[in-house]
Parts: sequence; C-alpha cells; structure tokens
Amino acid sequence: MSVQVISNTCTGCETCVSACPFGAIEMRGGKAFITESCTLCGACIEACEFKAIERTGEEAVAAAKDLSAFKGVWVFAEQHKGGISSVTLELLGEGRKLADKRQTKLSAVFIGQDIKNRAKDLIAHGADVVYLADDPALKDFNDDSYSAVLTTLATLHKPEIILAGATAIGRSFIPKVAAKLYTGLTADCTVLDIDPETGNLHQTRPAFGGNIMATIVSPNHRPQMATVRHKVMKPAPRNDARTGEIIEVKFTQTGDVRTKVIKTVEELGETVNICEANIIVAGGRGMGGVKNFHLLEELAKVLGGAVAATRGAVDEGWIPYSHQVGQTGKTVCPKLYIACGISGAIQHVAGMQSSDVIVAINKDPDAPIFSVATYGIVGDVLEVLPVMIKKFKEIRG
Amino acid sequence: MDYLLTEDQIMIRDLARQIAVEKIVPVRAELDEQNKFPTDIMKAMAQADLFGIYIPEEYGGLGKKSFELYIAIEEISKACLGVSTSYAANALGTYPILLHGSDAQKKKYLPNIASGKHLAAFGLTEANAGSDASGVQTTAKLEGNEYVLNGTKQWITNGGEAQIYTVIAITDKSKGARGASCFIVEKGTPGFTFGKKENKMGIRASSTTELIFNNCRIPKENLIAREGMGFIVAMKTLDCSRAGVGAQGVGVAQGAIDECIKFAKGRVQFGQPITSFQAIQHMLADMQTQTEAARALVYSAARMMDSGAKDFSRASAMAKLFATDTGMKVTTDAVQIMGGSGYMKEYPVEKMMRDAKILQIYEGTNQIQRNVIALDMIKEASRQK
Amino acid sequence: MNIIVLVKQVPDTSEVKINRETNTLIRDGVPSIINPFDMFAIEEALRLREQHGGKVTAVTMGPPQAADALKETVAMGVDEVVLLSDRAFAGADTWATSYTLAQGIKKLGAYDLVIAGKQAIDGDTAQVGPETADMLGIPFIAYIKKIEAIAGGKMTVERMMDDGYDVVESSLPALITVVKEINQPRLPSLKGKMKAKNLKVTTLTAKDINADENLLGLKGSPTKVVRIFPPAPRGQREILSGTIEQQVDQVVKKLKEQSLV
Repeated sequence: MSVQVISNTCTGCETCVSACPFGAIEMRGGKAFITESCTLCGACIEACEFKAIERTGEEAVAAAKDLSAFKGVWVFAEQHKGGISSVTLELLGEGRKLADKRQTKLSAVFIGQDIKNRAKDLIAHGADVVYLADDPALKDFNDDSYSAVLTTLATLHKPEIILAGATAIGRSFIPKVAAKLYTGLTADCTVLDIDPETGNLHQTRPAFGGNIMATIVSPNHRPQMATVRHKVMKPAPRNDARTGEIIEVKFTQTGDVRTKVIKTVEELGETVNICEANIIVAGGRGMGGVKNFHLLEELAKVLGGAVAATRGAVDEGWIPYSHQVGQTGKTVCPKLYIACGISGAIQHVAGMQSSDVIVAINKDPDAPIFSVATYGIVGDVLEVLPVMIKKFKEIRG
Repeated sequence: MDYLLTEDQIMIRDLARQIAVEKIVPVRAELDEQNKFPTDIMKAMAQADLFGIYIPEEYGGLGKKSFELYIAIEEISKACLGVSTSYAANALGTYPILLHGSDAQKKKYLPNIASGKHLAAFGLTEANAGSDASGVQTTAKLEGNEYVLNGTKQWITNGGEAQIYTVIAITDKSKGARGASCFIVEKGTPGFTFGKKENKMGIRASSTTELIFNNCRIPKENLIAREGMGFIVAMKTLDCSRAGVGAQGVGVAQGAIDECIKFAKGRVQFGQPITSFQAIQHMLADMQTQTEAARALVYSAARMMDSGAKDFSRASAMAKLFATDTGMKVTTDAVQIMGGSGYMKEYPVEKMMRDAKILQIYEGTNQIQRNVIALDMIKEASRQK
Repeated sequence: MNIIVLVKQVPDTSEVKINRETNTLIRDGVPSIINPFDMFAIEEALRLREQHGGKVTAVTMGPPQAADALKETVAMGVDEVVLLSDRAFAGADTWATSYTLAQGIKKLGAYDLVIAGKQAIDGDTAQVGPETADMLGIPFIAYIKKIEAIAGGKMTVERMMDDGYDVVESSLPALITVVKEINQPRLPSLKGKMKAKNLKVTTLTAKDINADENLLGLKGSPTKVVRIFPPAPRGQREILSGTIEQQVDQVVKKLKEQSLV
C-alpha cells in the first residue's frame, strides 16, 4: 500500500505540503512528491481539493489471527484502595455503548485485594461480567502481576476490545499486555467509534501536543486496545437493578516476583490532583512573580478549584511541578479553566484545551490564549483578579 | 560582521551562549539583588569545560588560546558581568602559573583549574597600591623552607570563593619594584583569612574581599619564577587579561543593545513604535557601530597575542580602553532609549549600566591604559629617530 | 554498570506553530531535538556511571539523520551510540518500534539497566518503554522520579503515581522510564562536542539485529493511522471589551448562567 500523487491532476498548489504532519511531501518539478517519510496517514488525501492524491495497492494482509474469534468489550476497572476510580465509570459508560453497537457483552476486569464486595458496583454501572482477581499478592499495583492477569484472561477469552484509563497505572502496564498479545494499542484516546461492518475500533487521539487529531485502527489484530483520557467520556449511570455475572479468577504467580512495592506515599493537601479538579485557576509568567500567586489561590478557594501553572511559572520556581499543565506536565479537562497571565504557548494549550469553558485574562489582545478561550478578558491580570475575586465572593455569599 | 571564526571557536561561542541564556539570564537579577556568588553557574560552566579553554591539553585543558577565552567571556558578559567577572578573574589568577610557573607547579595546579574543580584569584591591589603597583606593602620573608606572608590585599575578585591565589608580595623592600615576588597561596593555609564581602555598585554576583595574611607560612616551592620577578609576572599577566576586560565591554554593550532594541520595537509613543523615530534609530546605529569597532579591536588584539607576538601591551591596552568606554556609553544609551523602563529593575539594562562602570576601573583604570598606550607610542617614536 | 539509554529524535513541538486559518502545522524551520524527556534519561545514566563506573550506550531508531541526536548524547558524555536505521523500519508504530529496539538491545550484550524518557513529545504515547521491556523479558517501572539505591543486582526507585508516589524494589536488569523531577540535565561539554564532531556513528540494519521482516516498520505495525485532521474549532469565542469591571461582570454573569460557579 502506498499514497501517491496523480501527476496530471496535481496543480502544484502545495496545500498537501503544509497539511502533512510528517513533513513527507516535497515539491518536485512543480508537483507534489511523497517521500520515504510517508506514514500513509492520509492527511494529504483529505487536504487535496483536486483529488490528486490517492491510496494505491492492496492492504497488506497479516491475517495471522482469525478475527471473528474475538468477541466482547472489556474494560480494565481501576481501583484505588478498594474505591472504584472515576475513570472506570467513564470506561464502563463508553464500553456499554460500544458493546451495544456490537450486540455483545461488556466485561470488567477487576484486580486488587479485598475488592470482592465492590464487584457488583461495576455491574450496576453497566458491566455484564466481572472478572474478579482478588488476591493479597495483588494489593499494590505491580506491572508484572497486573499484566499477567489481564494477558492470561485475554488469551483465554479473546475479547474484541480492551479499554483502560490513560492513568499512571493504565499507561504503565497496558502496553505490556499489548506487547504480549502482539496487538495494536492506542494511547490517550478522546473519541472512540466502531465500524459496524469490520468491527474496527476507530480510536481518535490528539497528537503533536493536541494540534492535530489522528484516527487509528488495528485492522488485522485483536483485541483492539486503547487507553482513554480521563474526564472525556460520560460516566455510566448507576442502576442497582442490573444483573450480571461475577467470575472469580485465581491468581497464580508465574515466575519470580521481580518488582515489589515497598511503600506507598500519598501526597495530599498542597499537591491537589489537578486532573480531578472541576475548576482550575492557572497562572503563567504574566503573574509577574511568586508574590502574586496568592491571588490565584484566593480565587481558587472562592470557586472551590485547584491552582495550576504553566511551564514558565514552574521553571521560575513560583509553584511546584506537580501543578504544571501542558505537554511536559499534566493534561487536564475541567469544566472551567481560568488562564491568568498565560500567553498560550502550544506546549501549555496542549494540556488544557479540552476544558469545557476557558476564561483567559491577558493584557495583550493578540495573545494566542485568546484563540482557545471561550471568554477573553483583555487587561492586566493583577488588576482583573482582585475584581474577579470580589465579584465571585459576592455571588457565593 | 563575520569574523571568520573556526568551527571550534563557533562551538565555544554557542556553548557559552547556551549557558548564558539557559543558566544565567533567568537568575541574574536575583544574583545582583542578593549579592550572591553564582556557585551553580560556575559548576555548569565547569562541566561544559569552559574553565579549560586556554589551558594546554597536557594539563587537562582544551589547548586553545586567548581568542577562544575572550569569545566565551563576551558571551557570558552579554548576560551578566558579575558572572563573567568571576569567570575572567579565574583566568587572571591562573596566568601567573601558566606564563611563569614551573612544570611542577603547572602539573599541580592547572588540571584542577581546567576542570573547574578549583577557582583561582589574583592578588595585587592593596590599600596603598592600585594603579601604582609599586606601593605594595604585603611582605614575604624566607624562613628555612617557608615564606612567611604578612599584609592585606584589597578588593580581590573571587576572594573567599577561590582555592588558588596568586599573590604579589615584597621579598626585598630595598629593591623597590624589583623586590616584588609572586606566590601561590592555597585557601585553608593557616594565617590566611578573608575580610568581609564588599557591597558593590555593580557586578554584585562576583565576590570581592580582602585577603588577610597574618604570619601565613607557605612552602618555598610556591614561589613563581624567581624572587624579584613579581612585577614582571604581574605586568605580563595583566597584558594577557586586559583585552579580556575589553571582551567584557563588548559583551555587555551587545547585551544592552539586544535588550533595548527588543523593547524599543514594542514601545509605542505618538502612535508608533519608537524605533520609527530617527532620533532612536541614530542612537541605535551609533551603539552598534561602536560595539562592532570595539569587538574588531578586541579580536585583533587577541589574534596578535595568540600569534606569538612578544610585546602586545599597547594592543591589549587599546582594546581594553576602547571596548570598556564603549560598554559604559552603550549601556547608558540603552537606559536612555528605554527611558523610565530602562531605569527600573524590572529590565536588565540598569544593571548592565551599573556593572559596566567597573570595566573602566579594574585591571588598570582607563587613564592608566592611556598612559600605557602613550608611553609605548613615544618609545616607538624615539626608536625611529 | 552497563546502562542503555533509549532516545528519540523529535520535532521541537514547542516551536511548532499553527496556521490558524488552515489549522495546519507550520513545520518550516522547526528544529529536530532530542525528546526532552530522554534528556532526563541521559542525565540519570551519566550520574549512575559517575557513581558506579561502567559505560552508557545511547540507542535510537530512526532515519540516518537521527545520528545527530546520538552525537548530541556523546557531547553530553555518553560513551557509545548505536543507530538502528533501515528502510524496513519506516512507518513503525509503538509495537514495531519496541520490537526493533529490543532486537537492537539484545545485540549489544549484557546490560544492567535500560532508561528511557516517560514519553516522546511528538506521539505522547508512553508505550515504547513498557513494550520494549516486555519484549526483552525484563521488569518495567514507569514514571521514576528518584533512584534511591542500586546494589547487589537490585534497585530501589520512587515511582510517581497520580496521587503520590510508590517506593518500588526491582531486580536488575530492568527498564525504567523517568520523569522531569528526577534531575536537571547537564549541558554538553566542549570536550564532548569535539569527540562528537569526529564520531562515526555505528548503524545497525534489520539484518544486523536478526529481525523478522514481517514484524518491522509499517508491515509489522498492528495500528494504522487512517485519518489526520485538525481539531474541531471551539464553539463560541468571545473577546470582551470595556473596563475591567465591566468585562469581569460579563464573565461572572455568563459563568453563573451556565451554572459553572
């Protein structure tokens, strides 16, 4: 398979050259030319107004697997000290939709210690089957044992789809499962859809710091695996009338225990997990110094939100790294994001552009932050914030 | 202008620039405000091999010469003269060993200086000896296998921070200037202490202290060259370092121009950026032209020195004189163009202006440089008769 | 200690700009850099070598020009570098990339530790580390913010989690991915740069690493990108005007209407 330019049709407009996210198109003799760097993503095909670029050749068939043998949608039900993580409910919500479309069952894989009594909660939230691996050896998250449980189950039951949260745990051990199963895994998806004919899961995720979206499929491999971004999918509603089957899975340690958790340290208080916050007040270099950060804290307190910052502010040492939003920090999608004195560099925007509502405060009306803002306030952030704090205090009583 | 730098020279320039931009610019205001020695920056510079540029490869350096050192000094000076003073003063303290030290002394001290493990300082100035170097009152007396040092050095850059001090002291008072000698004194030697850190107008990131010698005994083999060679060692050292002060002038001038043009492009008055006014344009043109002339002079002096020329006092004096006067003028003009903003500590040019002043003063005031230049001219004219 | 560092050459996404009219990336003049997270991996490897002795080898998979990234690691102090480069590697997804890296690493002989950055800034998948570890059959620990100790074929590390951190013990050899907190990467040195300038980078091809052609590059990749498109523009966008008081009033009112506050 390859992507080719139909020379006669190409007008030399160069639209495809800039559309290519991989810089794989050059102009040669006034026509577009696709170089070796091409990854067959097809962005140019979409971009060409003249239908001068096409896919050619047959899809390479690596039909090593009988795809029809794979059935069912699975989610990895992440828990923390027995409490079901909010991302699990979102996965169940999305998994339910996919399972219904495929007219198949939704199963949850539930791993931990002393979690048995919570398995029915997963059923109430949409699972038809819960594979429960409850064992003292599974108390702490461990890449080896978690991946062993999931790999064994998936090999035995052959699900068509496995979803997990794009959390620290999910993004750590799910790739090991994909490696073992020799199947495709797409990280950090924000949109999932299924092709009713082929059963191909269309997994859409941001790339290049959120500047472009890519849709990815694994046409010849099953199960189709994806990690899903937190707070993007709708959580499944609870319905205690639902029934389902709980299948207990015996965990047997195979091979040596190579890694073990010696200690778990929770960092509370100061290091609010900004990924969980519904409202975030974030500051950038425009805050002018650590001395002004109390304004952010005050506003966050009034609104019941968390304080975040740009890389610039973190690099200046105004606030610890755990508060950094952006490509080299955390990705957040709160309901409300208030960007204070933030210019809107791509590296920051990548981490917050999925927020529902973005309010930007910047004195430069041309600041790039305004192009992602729902509402933009043009003014000195140090003047705006006190006014804003006062107004919100008024309405909150 | 293109000075046809070699590949290695470009490499040195780029790395020094990277350190300046990434490590120095973000903290320079804080270092200035808190009078704080840039320990972390010195470590980064050491790791990058910047301390070994001019030291021969056999002693662990890169085997480059003055020109390469000046290129590094210029880049660091663009960001902060306080840091570049600490860096350049290290070379100043090293030159006596490099130029006149024995092989054993070189083997003992240079590798640690090249790696940046040890910092060096040069001790000449005293309360009654500055421009007049013959007023030195610190004495060194040979007792058995040791010299005993007594006296106080004043305003010594890297004082307290350096491990290696090259110090001028009088070994024979009766011989005047010919009775001075140069010694290596290590930090921690009993009888060697430091006065308080000076509170300066500028270059506040650099450390300036007194060196106090109170019956400080050092081994005899710490004498550099021979007894009586002290002033020759000092003068040769200053000949080598002086044009480096010129490189500091070029750097600070360029740094100020870069800040000021960035500001002026965005500063709108009467509905247009101030760069559209001819008054500003002409100032900018003069600032850059003078800086470029200074740079050309410093580079020429360096190339002459590195070519093996024997006598380059006049060349290095002219380079120091012109480039540091230019540094002072250009930084002052940069503040002027930026107006009220330029005078504020929110912008770096007021610091550059405060910093630049010392360049006209230390390592021989610019009045002394003029003396050196004029005397050399007169000497040459007499020879031609 | 023999330490292997995995590096990737990426476009500097902080320099990538967007053409807001066409919503496409402006790639002109965007420099290629070492993936910033890999810099922490390199620094940690160099520090371990300073403490424990041994050597650091940097490995990358990429086109011939990825040799530049390897030279940069040498300028920082890395001892040896290996470039895995072959046309057959082109178009690899994370699975095929991991397979290639694992095959390459197996070729290098015994090692104690493999270190990589937590993810690459162009793809942001964070999958190549764990997948490679699995194919090498060695333990994997992600998001390391501190190596507490290494001794006697074991190491103790601190792993960042979403709400704190875990102290984890692992046998060696192992593969870890590191986060920004772990250290501050050094700058290159002049001696390193001079060494890098004259360095001939060792290149290994598919054949050299005994790779199964069917598992390489596009052919060996389970995932295929079927579509690339600009993100949907955000709905309403409103830049307010008036005094600060007026602007704040409008925002507060709107947020209240949407029950956001």
